[in-house]
Amino acid sequence: MPWTKIYSNRAEFDKALKDNPDLRGIAYKDALREATAQLLSSDPSVFVIGEGVDDAGGVFGTTKGLQEEFGAKRVMDSPLSENGITGIAVGAAAAGMKPILVHMRVDFLPLSIDQIMNHAAKWRYMFGGSVSVPIVIRSIIGRGWGSAAQHSQSLQAMFMNIPGLKVIMPATPFDAKGMLISAVKDGNPVVMIEHRWLYEHVGYVPKEMYTVPLGKAIVRRTGADATIVAISHMVHESIQAAEALEAEGINCEVIDLRTLKPLDTETIAESVEKTGRLIVADTGWKDAGVGAEVIARVAEAGLLLKAPAVRVNLPEAPTPASPVLEKAYYPGKNEIIEAVRKVSSYGKAQA
Amino acid sequence: MNDESLKICQGRITKKELGELYFQMLRIRLFEERIVDLYPEQEMKCPVHLCIGQEAIAAGVCIHLKKEDYVFSNHRGHGHCLAKGSDMKPLFAEFYGKITGCSRGKGGSMHLIDIPNGILGTSAIVGGGIPMGVGAALASNLKGENRVTVIFFGDGAFEEGAFYESFNFAALKKLPVVFVCENNFYATNSRQEARQAVCKISGTAAAFDAHGICIDGNDVLEVYRAAGDAVAKARSGRGPSLIEAKTYRWKGHVGPEEDWTKGCRPEDELREWKEKCPVKRFKEALSSGNIMDKAEMDGMEAKIKAELDEAVDFAKKSPYPDTIELLKDVYVEA
Ligand SMILES: Cc1ncc(C[n+]2csc(CCOP(=O)(O)OP(=O)(O)O)c2C)c(N)n1
Ligand SMILES: [Mg+2]
Repeated sequence: MPWTKIYSNRAEFDKALKDNPDLRGIAYKDALREATAQLLSSDPSVFVIGEGVDDAGGVFGTTKGLQEEFGAKRVMDSPLSENGITGIAVGAAAAGMKPILVHMRVDFLPLSIDQIMNHAAKWRYMFGGSVSVPIVIRSIIGRGWGSAAQHSQSLQAMFMNIPGLKVIMPATPFDAKGMLISAVKDGNPVVMIEHRWLYEHVGYVPKEMYTVPLGKAIVRRTGADATIVAISHMVHESIQAAEALEAEGINCEVIDLRTLKPLDTETIAESVEKTGRLIVADTGWKDAGVGAEVIARVAEAGLLLKAPAVRVNLPEAPTPASPVLEKAYYPGKNEIIEAVRKVSSYGKAQA
Repeated sequence: MNDESLKICQGRITKKELGELYFQMLRIRLFEERIVDLYPEQEMKCPVHLCIGQEAIAAGVCIHLKKEDYVFSNHRGHGHCLAKGSDMKPLFAEFYGKITGCSRGKGGSMHLIDIPNGILGTSAIVGGGIPMGVGAALASNLKGENRVTVIFFGDGAFEEGAFYESFNFAALKKLPVVFVCENNFYATNSRQEARQAVCKISGTAAAFDAHGICIDGNDVLEVYRAAGDAVAKARSGRGPSLIEAKTYRWKGHVGPEEDWTKGCRPEDELREWKEKCPVKRFKEALSSGNIMDKAEMDGMEAKIKAELDEAVDFAKKSPYPDTIELLKDVYVEA
């Protein structure tokens, strides 16, 4: 499928587009906007709420012009009251609406955590299934230019810990659109975390409405030597790492998790069974994180690895502002390459 | 501001203080303008939220504070630190991401600190500093110190639940806090009327049986009077006050440029507010009231510019942190 392919740059994509003129390419941020517009026009219970969703920039373009198109009742700016507004959206969902709540940064979600964890996630269960909370909470990971500790966090692991929530992190424009549509139709509270560095990524996106199933990972690249399980922006870093490693004769399989909760153990296990080597590339911290969960699933499945698994994560510190520290802080392609080399050479050098 | 307001004030303000107010406002203005000049070099690699147009509030409030009094601020905090007495060098070094920065390069422009001057750190989470400020006031009460805490926050932060929760607590415990809301009518690009049912922030104080006042935040003498009352009240154990100071930021929400070109705000509005420039108004009042002459004012400007030159030079020449710093300071080491 053309849309399962990851294009590392615009030129590569433009070339592919030329070869296949039937397909249409748009940026990740535009895919989100298109999905939102289609949801708003096809379902009167959908509405968008969040700080600045109506402003000229439109949350990095993802809600741009939607208020003009659908009116202030469907696309509404919000006061700076994250916990209250989240609860208001949760209440509206319980009363039959399908809100898409937008937070400019994941870092502002902690202000709403009570409404997300104590209310949205539990409401259905606590009342024996008699009510549900179909809400989608979008939020964005910032990075770079001294964003610093309070504007760059990757808090997916916190939400993975809570039964009743679903957590998604699409890595491509195609998935961004299809998964947002699925999330709104899902009927459960879904936390969607987008990486700001993905917004300009271009990829194939059909014009019509479509869904990408939640809970299904996808193999982005096949390979027999090592499995790299990655999420969000790290999927792109992993693809680049895999391409570089090919020259060394190491063939990596890259799995894009897409949904972190519920986690697609099957796709991971199938790959690891084949390769016997596992690297997990996460955008967040290590302890009790995505990597911890993936490796635990592999262990629980009883799969024996040929080398100890390696996690690629942020260092154990909040994000620093200084450009030199920021540069040292973020792992990427090179750290993934190192990790793959480590699992590939395991046992060989020592022997 | 006019001669009248200068006269009203003269009963309680000395010539020295008038000079000090002008000096601080000018110092903040020139500091922010220097950032505007240097930012395009792209060596200050962090977001900057400038307070040009809002200088009178920081200056008029902080003149009443002692060195040990606390100030809590927000993402738009350069002016608050300067008015509280911060040296320019560690601030600029922080913007440049250097080890000599006030936060050793870890924080950037949104996370400033100056403990000797009563600034325990600045949050970039809107409203985040409000409860912390009340907590510092609680600590000074528990320790039996006579410190006052001033909390600066925006009209946007006024909408956070944390504001109400904190104000209630401060009123309940009669804590020595002055809440100063810098109402510049915008939170990012969103207007106050689009976010608040009743645009009368100061009115909230009444619900907690506390003192609330709404003032022209571009009139430094009005700020001086209101803050003087509120600080005295706090210091004498009569509890918190809420000052709503109306003002306007000239630059975009973040960065050195004006934002009307991007359709964020009407240009007319900015032009009107520039007419009400707090620095210019005060300067005119001081000249026409024969409080300060041109030579004195020029002298101040030259002094500030020299301080700025030195600070920028210091920042640029300072080394970056070693990458070993990355994992330092996460915890207190045993
Ligand atoms: C909890 C939280 N929500 C949203 C933001 C994003 N944000 C940063 S500053 C700002 C506007 C703040 O407006 P105001 O309090 O009026 O201060 P001003 O910028 O006008 O000085 C917003 C929405 C944030 N940093 N923290
Ligand atoms: Mg404001």
